[in-house]
Amino acid sequence: MANEEVLSKLEELRSLARSQGVDLGDQINQMEQRVNTTVSQEPAAFPAWYNVQLSRRQDRPKPQDFVAALIDNFIEFKGDRCAGDDKAILGGIGTFEGQPVTVIATRRGSTLHTNMEYNFGMPHPEGYRKAMRLIHQAAKFRRPVLLFVDTPGAYPGIDSEDHGISEAIARSLSDLIGIAVPLITTITGEGGSGGALALSVADKILIMENAIFSVISPEGCASILFKDSTQAPRAAQSLKLDAKSLKELGLVDAVVNEGDGLHVSSEIGFKNLRTRITHELRELKSLDAGSLLDARYRKFRAIGNFSL
Amino acid sequence: MKVPELIKRLFVTKPRDDKKEITLPDNLFVQCPKCKITIYQKKLHANSDVCLECGHHFVLNVQQWIDLLADRKSWKPLFANIKPIDTLHFPDYEGKLKKLLKDEPEESISTGRCTIEGIPVLVGIMNPNFLMGSLGSVAGEKIVRLFELGLQERQPVFLVVRSGGARMQEGVLSLMQMAKTSAAIRRFSDAGLLYINLLTHPTTGGVSASFAMLGDITLGEPKALIGFAGPRVIEQTIKQQLPEGFQKAEYVQEKGFLDAIVARPKLRETLVSIFTMHNFTAPKDRFPWPMKKS
Repeated sequence: MANEEVLSKLEELRSLARSQGVDLGDQINQMEQRVNTTVSQEPAAFPAWYNVQLSRRQDRPKPQDFVAALIDNFIEFKGDRCAGDDKAILGGIGTFEGQPVTVIATRRGSTLHTNMEYNFGMPHPEGYRKAMRLIHQAAKFRRPVLLFVDTPGAYPGIDSEDHGISEAIARSLSDLIGIAVPLITTITGEGGSGGALALSVADKILIMENAIFSVISPEGCASILFKDSTQAPRAAQSLKLDAKSLKELGLVDAVVNEGDGLHVSSEIGFKNLRTRITHELRELKSLDAGSLLDARYRKFRAIGNFSL
Repeated sequence: MKVPELIKRLFVTKPRDDKKEITLPDNLFVQCPKCKITIYQKKLHANSDVCLECGHHFVLNVQQWIDLLADRKSWKPLFANIKPIDTLHFPDYEGKLKKLLKDEPEESISTGRCTIEGIPVLVGIMNPNFLMGSLGSVAGEKIVRLFELGLQERQPVFLVVRSGGARMQEGVLSLMQMAKTSAAIRRFSDAGLLYINLLTHPTTGGVSASFAMLGDITLGEPKALIGFAGPRVIEQTIKQQLPEGFQKAEYVQEKGFLDAIVARPKLRETLVSIFTMHNFTAPKDRFPWPMKKS
């Protein structure tokens, strides 16, 4: 999509949001800024920025598309049994290569309407609590859990804070370390900060070739540390948030080849991911519960670089 | 003219002899940043650095926290040799670290063991002067070791939390410290041990979304800002004015995420009370009291 076209779409979005009485000003401004930054920066100097842009492409398959492609007989289960149902997170059960699994996926829209419905992929506490409810259920019925993550982060809003987004994320981190069935997370697009990490305390963290995983958005990092949000490309490069760098740092277990890129064709990427998950599941299922939990603990215990 | 200076001029007699000049130390009086009242420094200290007029809790540095909490001379630092590395070669990070480490060699958290009214406790105190107390590989490792030691020795852990969140300059390495600390706390907790934390101003971001919310008993300091996203970010996102007192400890407690708000002068006795009710008590043979029967 040409940049002018995107900008005109954003204008359209703005008027529609206004007519519906929803304030999306910030999201729209952010997107506008992204478009402008794209124009002003040389991609070659900051290859990681190219990954950021690829990971956010509208025509890239969303986590729910991964579920549709990889999971058969999927049934969605809703609600956190506490306060509501968050549409930004999809949960349910299905079969993967013939075996029952629990599935958790963040959800992103591909049109204006669906984007608003899924809150631009930003979950509220209810979403994480639903995910944990379903994952505890998976442990009860001894089925593995497959998680697909693509989110800019947890939602920064009043409701989200009031309902304890901090607690919901912290609880997820604490719960996942003790779930006695195999957990495999795939970062399919944007792995945004704590909101993504809350679904990534897994035995294996896989990442699609053009996906990213970051402690903060490059725009946020640039505006805080470089006092200039148009320096996002430089921030992206400095944060080492691209799949290849993350693998080199030992922070993800495998990078899944996308072929020509998921936005061109998803066939190869999906096929490679299916193979990879099948392989990982076979390995993980051979472990007894104790060794599985022990290995997961040791994996996260070992992360960190310091000198003594 | 500032009030302390005025007092100095009014009450300090002019020296008769230049060589024997009488001086008042500059820090004899302090002004409360909230209610602007001038307070005699010693009186402020006697009240645990809480304003006598408005109850404003002055910011404490690590040493002041130790003085406030620990029995005299009982503090023994732990894991102080763990130092940061600029793994990502992040712009300006290495230089910043070098400069900061000169004054703050223990990085963004000081960990140690001490006794509180004779009760042995493992304590971590976050340091706002080190990159906003941000959570990086060093803080993550120290916190994990503290909980592992607590598990090994079956002792309670108390953390004074004050942090802007995960440290950007360490990328996902720092993000993962949220998972790493949460994992260690989980093991500690599963062993039936007690973790108390005190959230002070400010507790935000990745820290609020990990070990700050995983205490068995979570205390807050009055008026402390506690939240995931900062108020400015939220305001920018929703383009609305935030409710009054939003993300302040009192508000967070009303929403159900703090067990109690404890004013600093009451902190020690509250802790001792909680420790005692969890069967953590002072060893009987400490100090001559109670007298041993011969």
